[in-house]
Amino acid sequence: MTLSQQEVAKVAALARLALFDHELATMTSELSNIVGFVSLLEELDTTNVDPLAHPLDAENVFRDDVPSPSLSTAEALQSAPRHDGQYFLVPAVLGESGAA
Amino acid sequence: MNASTSETQVPFTTIIGLEVHVQLQTLTKLFCGCSTAFGAPPNTQVCPVCLGLPGSLPVMNQRAFRLALKAALALDCNIASFTKWDRKNYFYPDLPKGYQISQFDLPFSTDGTLEVIDPKGTIGPCRVGIVRVHLEEDAGKSMHDETAGSGDTRIDLNRAGTPLCEIVTQPDLRSPQEARLWLNELKLLLVYLGVSDCNMQEGSLRVDANVNLHIPQPDGRIAKTPIVEIKNMNSFRSVERALVYETTRQWGVWQETHAEMGKTPKQTRGWDDPAGVTRAQRHKEESSDYRYFPEPDLVPVTVSSAQQAAVRSEMGEPPVRVRKGLETRWKISAYDADVLVNQGRQLVDYFEELATLIGDGKIASNWLQQDVLRTLNERGGTIEDFPVRPAALAELIARVNAGDFDTSRAREIFSEMLASGRSAADAVLSMGIAVIGDDELVALCRDILAANPKIVADVKGGKEQAAAGLIGHAKKKNPNINPGKVRTICIDLIRAMQ
Repeated sequence: MTLSQQEVAKVAALARLALFDHELATMTSELSNIVGFVSLLEELDTTNVDPLAHPLDAENVFRDDVPSPSLSTAEALQSAPRHDGQYFLVPAVLGESGAA
Repeated sequence: MNASTSETQVPFTTIIGLEVHVQLQTLTKLFCGCSTAFGAPPNTQVCPVCLGLPGSLPVMNQRAFRLALKAALALDCNIASFTKWDRKNYFYPDLPKGYQISQFDLPFSTDGTLEVIDPKGTIGPCRVGIVRVHLEEDAGKSMHDETAGSGDTRIDLNRAGTPLCEIVTQPDLRSPQEARLWLNELKLLLVYLGVSDCNMQEGSLRVDANVNLHIPQPDGRIAKTPIVEIKNMNSFRSVERALVYETTRQWGVWQETHAEMGKTPKQTRGWDDPAGVTRAQRHKEESSDYRYFPEPDLVPVTVSSAQQAAVRSEMGEPPVRVRKGLETRWKISAYDADVLVNQGRQLVDYFEELATLIGDGKIASNWLQQDVLRTLNERGGTIEDFPVRPAALAELIARVNAGDFDTSRAREIFSEMLASGRSAADAVLSMGIAVIGDDELVALCRDILAANPKIVADVKGGKEQAAAGLIGHAKKKNPNINPGKVRTICIDLIRAMQ
């Protein structure tokens, strides 16, 4: 299994990682090894095996719709690199949120 | 091709599909116990789970799942017996985990429909297919402070993790008007079932629209313009306006460029409501590559047919059935039933109580639409807090029916009841309105006839409308007279003279 440098560059861009050319080369070979290792599994015949959605043999774990205490704003913000006591502060983002 | 809305003849068919997100009516978030109440100070409804702190684990809110299931069943969807959640990966500051927990390949419901019939009959019935309904979490809120010129974006994560139901339609809508009508029906349905309050101002209902044009070519081929996704519409009216604008814009672009779908990537445009235009939004690089994979922190959910039946049994009546019920039980028109149903379940309950008390749906509907709704529109407030309760209004209407006073007098009494909270009888007393006995009224009519021989002669000569002149005279003698009664008595008396 070999990945192309373009594939690795794309994955790096999606992960917001900036790689130098020599790093890209190293990453491409190392990632190829990892993916190659995992692709050994493709040798198994899975014709009669149901797809697995979750490794745990558990289903339907719910909680009731009952409020529980939230953190205080100070606690919530304490690990943020920057905040104004009310909000998390981040460098201006003008693009559309990809949310939902 | 479908040309259902052929009012305005255009050389193309508009193809519209919608993606609707509604906030489910839960007390807490989808995966943690933080409150979902709107309007709290920033970052006061957050915890390690919705902040995405390391080591925290999500647990599914049972009520959120049941509400989503209710929505899917009401939309006639097929419910999957097995469903799971997936991570949708992207980076944005209001998404603390770096992924949104959503559903990708095994949503819990697919293939539904919702039909809507325009009560005014101007738009044909439109039956819209539902591709899927799934359950996912919301992101937080980003605020860009453009005025202060500060380089910061402020993030409030109170909304992060709020349960959302995503409803994706087939591209079955054929005009902006249809889209608005259909959205209104969807909203009504979800509000009636208690799935969501669908408050667009508070972001409980959000709509994105996909639109393009199908243009028949001389050679019989159908040319399709590139699909545009419109975002940022804050009301159903905005949705309609944005779609009208976008349809015209695409037609203009087509005439210039003949650019077809597939040759350019799908474009996202934002609706600028004050300017009344859509604007191209910055293309998100590789935005479609969300690298979904199964959410390992949540176990799958199974739904048995018994559970479906249980949710169905607690579902309540959808608006389409409420309308039909009002039409058949109370013999009111489809249009009137629609007006009442559009005002919500509580107004329908008020109407049915009133109609039962007075035994007449048509009169009850008229009073509600002309007086109660008008008052609510002027004063604001809800029907639950409306000071004149059905029993009090029924008493007033009964007096009108008995001929004690005419409708305009009854309106004055109604205003007094509104202002004072009095019953009809007490309002009549406090206003000094004395109900005139029939004998007294006949005597009064005789006096007027004697004093107005010219009018009497006119009526005798066949001009019955001249009797209207008598009413003014009667009112001068006694302001409490019922004009309709005076008219009838006078005409009867004149006839008897002949």
